[in-house]
Amino acid sequence: MRPATSKRNFNRRRFLAGTSAIVAGSAMFATAGGILIGPNAAWAIAPQAITTAEAATLVEMTRALYPHEKLDDAIYAKVVASLDEKAVKDPALKALLQTGAADLKAGKWDDLDADAREAALKAIDTTPFFQTVRGECVTGIYNNPDVWKIYGYEGASAELGGYLHRGFDEITWPDQA
Amino acid sequence: MANKFELSDSSVVVVIGSGAGGGTLANELAQKGVNVVVLEAGGRHEIEDFVNDEWGSFSQISWLDKRTTSGSWRVAKDFAGLPAWIVKAVGGSTVHWAGASLRFQEHEFKTRTTYGELAGANLLDWPITLAEMEPYYDRAEDKMGVTGTHGIPRLPGNNNYKVLAAGAKKLGYTDFHTGNMAINSQPRDNRGSCQQIGFCFQGCKSGAKWSTLYTEIPKGEETGRLEVRSNAQVLQVQHDDKGLVNGVLYADKDGNQHVQKARVVCVAGNSIESPRLLLNSASSMFPDGLANSSGQVGKNYMRHMTGSVYAIFDKPVHMYRGTTMAGIVRDESKLDTKRGFVGGYEMETLSLGIPFMAAFLDPGGWGKSFASAMEGYDHMAGMWLVGEDMPQETNRITLHASEKDAYGLPVPNVHFDDHANDVAMREHAFGRGSALYDAIGAKRTIHTPPYPSTHNLGTNRMSAEARDGVVNKHGQTHDIKNLFVSDGSQFTTGGAENPTLTIVALAIRQAEFIADQMQKKEI
Repeated sequence: MRPATSKRNFNRRRFLAGTSAIVAGSAMFATAGGILIGPNAAWAIAPQAITTAEAATLVEMTRALYPHEKLDDAIYAKVVASLDEKAVKDPALKALLQTGAADLKAGKWDDLDADAREAALKAIDTTPFFQTVRGECVTGIYNNPDVWKIYGYEGASAELGGYLHRGFDEITWPDQA
Repeated sequence: MANKFELSDSSVVVVIGSGAGGGTLANELAQKGVNVVVLEAGGRHEIEDFVNDEWGSFSQISWLDKRTTSGSWRVAKDFAGLPAWIVKAVGGSTVHWAGASLRFQEHEFKTRTTYGELAGANLLDWPITLAEMEPYYDRAEDKMGVTGTHGIPRLPGNNNYKVLAAGAKKLGYTDFHTGNMAINSQPRDNRGSCQQIGFCFQGCKSGAKWSTLYTEIPKGEETGRLEVRSNAQVLQVQHDDKGLVNGVLYADKDGNQHVQKARVVCVAGNSIESPRLLLNSASSMFPDGLANSSGQVGKNYMRHMTGSVYAIFDKPVHMYRGTTMAGIVRDESKLDTKRGFVGGYEMETLSLGIPFMAAFLDPGGWGKSFASAMEGYDHMAGMWLVGEDMPQETNRITLHASEKDAYGLPVPNVHFDDHANDVAMREHAFGRGSALYDAIGAKRTIHTPPYPSTHNLGTNRMSAEARDGVVNKHGQTHDIKNLFVSDGSQFTTGGAENPTLTIVALAIRQAEFIADQMQKKEI
């Protein structure tokens, strides 16, 4: 999988000719050209192994697994893009993702609110499908420097001289606690 | 590059492993005029190669060769293929260690006498005392530049320490400070002082933290008597028909196999690989593996009682800034059986970055509760709980019945069950850890289960009597006088303290013994 801005395997005419459809239950658009586009076209992914509709469901699943209000769908879409990329070379993974997405759909996924989605996932949390998607999220979401910035982790420091002059001991509130 | 010493040179001491035990021993021997060949399974990554990136560093330096797990310990469920979190590189686990350098307490060298008979625990007194170890602890601390010893100032406290200290004070603890750390608080031994980088576990980019990689090993190499062969995976220790070891079979980076002849062999591959090597070296003369007449090789595997408490506060902490483990509360490390267990535990500051926090905070965790904890990351403080666990014969390293490594040798299986004493201690430690943070207004505390083992101990233990263990008080195997064990697998029991200082002190002591015995032609 690749960003939609990449021209590789991207048939613009087909994209323009295709009929776009709002993915049920979300603000994502799936095009007949095989592109999944986020709200206001803020991001887009072009799955190669799975369909855009399946990808949209998986994006929602990853958000339900690790629900962070401050994180844009683009963060979750990257996780799905990475899974799809692996699935291109791994037919078993492709089948796992497709069946898993279909099972969620069959469980009226689109109609569920956040709590009900968490409960639906809890019911399948020992399945290989669940574990595969969850495992991908651990690094896919939390090893992303865009996420670090949002939740206050500054990361690499050696090239900046460490934190010696950048607040390693700046807090004072514990002294008054 | 041509070898410095010939493969056929049977006058050399071969040291297997280059970490706290092997790296220190090799340098100490070289300084005494002994020729040493170090065979290190991992590559040589110097300071400039280290990366401030948790997963990037993990794949660069970790020991990731196949291992299996069994038993009821939670690591077997959470990290089935990664029982231990240790390093495969020149410098061994001194590349990623945190630097905490604590002496054992007197009673921790005689636990069988002090704790008495404890069901299920294979307790035994060490054949050495604290008094015998003190001069070597002194030399180890001086060598490593341990803060709070030898007039070396302690490190400044970082944000995470400020939270720990405030909570400790509130709770009435009295024995807390920024630790005894082998991390320079001021320039020393041609290394600079700590820059508060915060990536102690990923290899210290400033070199302020002691590691054999850039202290012992280059000092040994400067003598012209120490040769380190990296990417040299040892497969077998060989012996002659008199039952003395005489060489080591190893595979180089291209997989070509060689035999390095040896006068003395010292095994220092950490507590999983060291017993595995002795077991994999079985022969017709030693059908149960080398040095295993007691049957104790691989048994009594200890990994310290561990756990972590993370607490989220109203105000920011930024715990990841600065030295990871420069903060300790020692009040609970004393022996006080009124708490419902023998032994004690330390409370030490600990921080993980967001990438590792996601993997370790609650392994397998997900959902709203997990996500909200992650959102509190920059308001989070953390501590590691580390205490003495009970040796049990059934906790052991064995050779896997069917799984083989790249050279066709059985991979190690690591079996571990918590002893009831370990469970009671962990419960107590979790409770006190939470109480400490609650005392200064934590909004939420989280009890994090053990990480893959960083302190791997006891699988070739020291004993006064040959029937009770694998090595004597010098780390010399009871069965083969020119075969030594030089790492934490010698530990008879684990103590509450981080083990590296004791490993280094034992290596200094062992080097004296080996050099003396060689001079007297005893070995």
